[in-house]
Amino acid sequence: MTPKRKQRLILVGLLVLGCSATVALVVTAFRSNLELFHSPGDVAAGSVAPGQRFRLGGMVVEGSVIRSMESVDVQFDLTDSVDVVTVRFDSILPDLFSEGQGIVAKGQLNEQGEFIASEVLAKHDENYMPPEIAEALQKAGRMPSTAATFNSKTSVDP
Amino acid sequence: MFKWIHKFGSPPYVYALSKALSPWVGIASLILFAFGLYLGLVKAPPDYEQGEVYRIIFVHVPAAWMSMFVYTMMAISSAVFLIWRMKLADVVAEASAGIGAWFTFLALATGSIWGRPTWGTWWEWDARLTFELILLFQYMAYMALRAAIEHKQSGARAVAILAVVGIVNIPIIHFSVEWFNSLHQPATITRADGPKMHSSMLIPLFIMVGAFQLYYFHHLLVKMRVGMLTRDRRARWVAERVDSGGL
Repeated sequence: MTPKRKQRLILVGLLVLGCSATVALVVTAFRSNLELFHSPGDVAAGSVAPGQRFRLGGMVVEGSVIRSMESVDVQFDLTDSVDVVTVRFDSILPDLFSEGQGIVAKGQLNEQGEFIASEVLAKHDENYMPPEIAEALQKAGRMPSTAATFNSKTSVDP
Repeated sequence: MFKWIHKFGSPPYVYALSKALSPWVGIASLILFAFGLYLGLVKAPPDYEQGEVYRIIFVHVPAAWMSMFVYTMMAISSAVFLIWRMKLADVVAEASAGIGAWFTFLALATGSIWGRPTWGTWWEWDARLTFELILLFQYMAYMALRAAIEHKQSGARAVAILAVVGIVNIPIIHFSVEWFNSLHQPATITRADGPKMHSSMLIPLFIMVGAFQLYYFHHLLVKMRVGMLTRDRRARWVAERVDSGGL
């Protein structure tokens, strides 16, 4: 390699390195803004104030869904496999909503520490399989659970 | 030994090679498309959780992978162009930008269509979605900058720097679902503990990825010929090809 090319190679390398470092610093600095949702653990740790609007993500606890007889009002618990937050919602749930399903809800905490949601989004998992296989796994008790994926990836400051 | 590599730096040789290869690559891509779409849309079973709607994955995932693969190709050939001043590397980068942008657009559009029935929203300012949108803007900026600079040679160097710098976004897109809480699910296939997809769905998906990949190479080969002719329009090898009656 001629000295000139070597020099250019080093320059291009430094350019990429410098940009990567800059972007890494920026992304780390804005990390809490890049998180789409807080986990029930964040709520338990008190990193969200009552009345502050935020998104809450977690898995719907089995057997926790209570539907109103007269309206579409619904109440259910969300968990990250450690902490639990109760969610109230008064509109139509997405099709994928079910017990054991990961969801992301938008809303705020009330004084009782319940989460009043104004919007509920379903988060589907990364597993794809035919229904028969899912059934067989369920029977064998080897169905992968998604709850742990909602554990906070960093402690998010308010 | 380097004689072999130097042939790939010579436009007449690459032009002829591209002309011989591109139809076959195109036909192979078409066959894979037909085969993959049949397996994916007809033969593959529905998903246990999402039912039939998941089938958009056979377009969404190949498009998203290609949006990142094409950018990586662009960045590497731009670096080669900057360091070795190899003109053909610039031709590769230029020929890739347009189709890369379309792959990105396709990934965003199919993702949005998929998001409505499953997540319950067309768009969310989620890390994965946002960084993929930034990738689309990067492709657009690359093409706009190249078109804006009158002097083609200095323009080529400027856009090459832009493409090389932009590579930082690729790992961010890939790892965004692991680094941040995200609405987008984590990786299904590119993970340490093996793919989390049943083989009856995985095989059609890989065939579709192959079809997209070959389609890109076909497009690249054709567009490279255009790029070589534009750059070398006054060169003797072009005149010779015209005289012998076949561009």
